[in-house]
Amino acid sequence: MKIAVCVKHVPEAASRRIDPSTKRLDRSGEGALNAFDANALEEALRLKDASGEGEVVAVSMGPQKASDTLRKALAMGADRAVLVSDESAAGSDLVATSYALGKALAREEPDLVLLGQQASDSDGAVLWAAIAERLRRPMISQVAELTASDGKVRGKRQTEFGYDVIEAPLPAVVAVSDAINEPRYPSLKGIMGAKKKPQETLSLDDLGVESERAGEAGSKTEVLGLTDPPARGDSRRIEDDGNAAEQIAEFLAEKRLI
Amino acid sequence: MSILVFLEHHGNELQKGSLSVLSKAASLGAGDVYGVVAGSGVRELASGAGKYGASKVFVADDPALEAPLPQPRVDVIATLVREQSIDTVLLAQSVLAADVAAGLSARLDAGLNWELVDIEEQDGKLVGTRPALADSVYVQVGWKGEPCIGIFRSGTFDPKETGGEAEVVDTPVQLEDFSTAATMIEQAHEEQQGPSIEDADVIVAGGRGLGGPENFTLVEELAKALGGAVAATRAVVDAGWYPYATQVGQTGKTVSPKLYVACGISGAIQHKVGMQSSSVIVAINKDPNAPIFEYSDLGVVGDVHEVVPKLTELVKQRKRSAS
Repeated sequence: MKIAVCVKHVPEAASRRIDPSTKRLDRSGEGALNAFDANALEEALRLKDASGEGEVVAVSMGPQKASDTLRKALAMGADRAVLVSDESAAGSDLVATSYALGKALAREEPDLVLLGQQASDSDGAVLWAAIAERLRRPMISQVAELTASDGKVRGKRQTEFGYDVIEAPLPAVVAVSDAINEPRYPSLKGIMGAKKKPQETLSLDDLGVESERAGEAGSKTEVLGLTDPPARGDSRRIEDDGNAAEQIAEFLAEKRLI
Repeated sequence: MSILVFLEHHGNELQKGSLSVLSKAASLGAGDVYGVVAGSGVRELASGAGKYGASKVFVADDPALEAPLPQPRVDVIATLVREQSIDTVLLAQSVLAADVAAGLSARLDAGLNWELVDIEEQDGKLVGTRPALADSVYVQVGWKGEPCIGIFRSGTFDPKETGGEAEVVDTPVQLEDFSTAATMIEQAHEEQQGPSIEDADVIVAGGRGLGGPENFTLVEELAKALGGAVAATRAVVDAGWYPYATQVGQTGKTVSPKLYVACGISGAIQHKVGMQSSSVIVAINKDPNAPIFEYSDLGVVGDVHEVVPKLTELVKQRKRSAS
């Protein structure tokens, strides 16, 4: 089975800021593999291990620096990496991203496309449904248990009402929840071997994506302004130096809660 | 402007979140406000949307729409948007609605803004408000072209009854092959076990930071000392540490107790929307960067395994000395 895993390169949590001039997330600093995507990659590796054959391809769209994230994916065990990187793709929203990424995924013709449950930088948690639509494939989201056999995938997932079990024929698109597994750490051998694995970079031209359908030009949403959020009263913060419990008890007594 | 609101139902009820978004859409006074109900045997439900502000409710009634799966609903709404000249589609956040909205966005090349906490009309165009970066900044978002699609964060508005009748209109159902390829093998049903957490004045909740299911006893003992109920995050429920009925968050219960004590909970948005309206929030977590500290009244950076048992003991002492 050939599995394509979508991975996103996200800015480090501590340095996340919106650039006031572009009103976009500042992506110039250090970044890392979106933690939720590690779950998708781990699941792909497990499916490959279980079947004893197949290929796992990590696919990303982002700045050149996203190749660091792809190298991490290769170190974890992906066989190959594809980066869609193009200056005119910067600032792509869901419509533009799903269009270009959809083209890159279609080119791979995978049996299964896996995604993580959300992007930790934008809180976006919808890409899979747009990708499934672009590829015209069935889709299961929020999957906490996944099995693949006989040309089908079956996923157990949580909704507002409990647990669903949904089945879809391959080829399909599946988004996993972070409860599905504990992602492995890359081994030293994996890290050393990652450099030798094939890693290709594609431009929008390579994918046949017209420039007016990419980046801000191809996006259908825009940021108009930024404001401060409403304040939520006083917030106290303490570090436990051995008597945090006493301080909480005092606080609760003050609020007449005990 | 003509706004279509996706009316999600479960069992024989339209969901409160959808009706809230419908009320909000009607309150904009920006043109026609319609609803759409898609399911099997759902015609009866449709007229109920009238009193929340829909002038017309489209009903897609088909056995193929019985299971709450998103892709056939994309087909239904895409057809309606084209045939009824809908320029705006609004939805209340849910597992189903998010997937419907994103599928529709790709199908129609229509802009999608999510996590909206407000929307208004400015010079004939809609402008939404969306919190970002752990709610540290509010972003005003707009749409380029039509239709505009927006998903509202759970619990943002309350449904408002304004009276009124809705005309119920059947809409034909034509589905794409790939839209019906996924099938529901087993559908979720409400699990009713244990005491309800929705009515509790005090809730002590545990998350992954507890380290393992055995450590839930720490949470249970503190809850007992405080006379409260025990709740859990989605992560630990999915991991099988605690029952689903106790889950607080987007796909669990929404609670607003007088006191909410979060133990080892990072406070991702999925959890936040279920408990942010609690009167007092106390969070204990060893990660100083945990988002939950952004919206806690008292944030304690510390080890739950040390702080919680001590706190339990202190609460018991105070109760003993008070009685």
